[in-house]
Amino acid sequence: MKYRSVFDIIGPVMVGPSSSHTAGAAKIGRMARKLLGTAPVRAKITLYGSFAETYRGHGTDVAIVAGLLDFDESNTSLPDSLSIAKQKGMDIEFFIDKETPMEQPNAARIFLSSGDNELELVGVSIGGGKIEITEVNGFSISLSGSNPALLVLHHDKYGAVAEVAGLIAKYEMNISYMEVSRQDKGRLALMVIQTDEEIGEGLAAEISGLPNILNVAVLS
Amino acid sequence: MFQTIKELVDIANSRKLPISEVMIQTEMETTGKIRKDILDKMSGQLEVMEKAVERGIREDIKSRSGMSGGDARLLRNYLEQGNTLSGSVLLDAVSKAMATNEVNAAMGTICATPTAGSAGVVPGVLFGLKSKLKPSRDQMVAFLFTAGAFGFVVANNASISGAAGGCQAEVGSATGMAAAAAVEMAGGTPEQSAHAMAIALGNMLGLICDPVAGLVEAPCVKRNAIGASSAVVAADMALAGIKSIIPCDEVIEAMYRVGRMMPAALRETALGGLADTKTGRALKKRIFGSDVQQPSMIKER
Repeated sequence: MKYRSVFDIIGPVMVGPSSSHTAGAAKIGRMARKLLGTAPVRAKITLYGSFAETYRGHGTDVAIVAGLLDFDESNTSLPDSLSIAKQKGMDIEFFIDKETPMEQPNAARIFLSSGDNELELVGVSIGGGKIEITEVNGFSISLSGSNPALLVLHHDKYGAVAEVAGLIAKYEMNISYMEVSRQDKGRLALMVIQTDEEIGEGLAAEISGLPNILNVAVLS
Repeated sequence: MFQTIKELVDIANSRKLPISEVMIQTEMETTGKIRKDILDKMSGQLEVMEKAVERGIREDIKSRSGMSGGDARLLRNYLEQGNTLSGSVLLDAVSKAMATNEVNAAMGTICATPTAGSAGVVPGVLFGLKSKLKPSRDQMVAFLFTAGAFGFVVANNASISGAAGGCQAEVGSATGMAAAAAVEMAGGTPEQSAHAMAIALGNMLGLICDPVAGLVEAPCVKRNAIGASSAVVAADMALAGIKSIIPCDEVIEAMYRVGRMMPAALRETALGGLADTKTGRALKKRIFGSDVQQPSMIKER
C-alpha cells in the first residue's frame, strides 16, 4: 500500500498551490539536500512530464529550491526560495525535458554539488504530497513508499552494514526490506532500509555519527 | 487494517464502531502511536483548515496571476442577503470550500485533503454543516478521520493525483470523502456513508484535470465549490435511504480505470480541456508571456 497513514490523506499542512507539484516537489528537493549532507553550491534540476508542462503555475521550481534550502512544505518562506537561494549565492540551473518518456507523470532529476561532494537523484511525486525516490547516484532503487525508509550513503567498508543494522535493532525496530548497492568495490555505496516502524530523528542522527557513514535521509 | 470500503464497513459493523473510530484504531496499529497523539495531530489539521476558511472569507485574497480570489466573499455577501436559490447550508459549504482554494492559490497555508488542489471540499462541507448539525469539536475531528478512511482506500486502490487520474481522482475523491463523513456526522450508518461516497464519486467519473495556464485556480476553485455542493446532496440522498447501484469499491475501481484511459493532455499537463481554449491560451500568454522567472535559469529543450 502506497499510503499508510490517515495523515497522508488529511494532510500534509502545506503552502499552496499543489500537493504533488509544490509539497511533493519540496520534499524531493529536501531529500536531495539531506543526502548531499550540506547546502549545495550548485544545482542542476531537470523536470519531466507534468512537472515540465506546469512547473511555473504550481511553483514546482520554487518548491524544489525551497527543499534545497532545507525548508519543509509548510515553511511560509517557501514562495521566496528563489531569491533566498540567490542571496546565498546558490548557482541553479533548470532544464525542462518534455521529450524523455517517464513511467510516472511527475518526476525530477536533481544534481547537487558542494566542492567535491556530489549527489544525483530522481524523485517522483505520486499525489497528495507523497514522494518516491527511484534513483540515487546512478543506483536504481525501488522505494515504493509503502514503509518508512532510510537512505544511507556510506563508504563500502566491512562492518558498515552491520553497525547500521545494530542501531536499528537497538531502537527495537524491524527491517522489512534492505538493499545495498555500490559503484565499485571499496568505494561509495548506498543502503536502502525499509522498516515497519516510523523512523525518528534520533536514530537518523545516531546513524550519521557512525564511522564510514556519509549522509542519511529519512523518507517517511 | 482495511483495504476496501467493504472491509471498512464490515469492521465498523462487527465491532459496532463508527468509521472514524475504525480509522483511529487502524492508525494506532500501523504507526504504533498513542491515541492522544493521533487525535491531537488531527485537531491541528482542523485548526489549519479553520484558519484558511476564515482567511478566505474575511481577507481580500488575490492570487499572483489575478485569476482567483474574492469569489468566496462575493458568495458570502450574496448569502447574507438571504435570498438564495440553493439554500444557506449548501452555499455556506460552497463559500467555505472556495475560501480554502483561494487561500491555496495565493500560496497560503492549507491542509491537503486529499490534495491541495482539492483541499476545499472536505473543510467546506465540514464548516458548512456546522451551523445545522452543531457538532462538538471532537465530532469535527471525527469527521476528518471518516473522510480520511474513505480517502485512504481510494488512494491505495486507485489514485488521488490529477496527473495520474484527472480531476475525478482529486475533487472526485474529496467529494466522496466529504459525502461519507457528512453522513456519519448526521447520524447515518457506515453503509450509508459508503453509498454517499459511491453516489458522489460515481457522478464525477471522467472529470478531467485541465488547469488554465497550469495554475491551480481555474477551474479548480469552482470545481471544489460544486464538489462541496454535490457532497452535501449525495449525503442527503444516502441518508434518505437511496443506494448506489454499483458498490463503492467498484466505483473506485472504475475511477482508476477511467484515469488510465485518459490521455496525458487531460491529466494536469494544461494541454487540453479549459486550458486549451481561446481564452485559456490567451490567459497563459498574458500570465507567462514575459517570463516571471529569471530566464537564464530556465532551459527548455
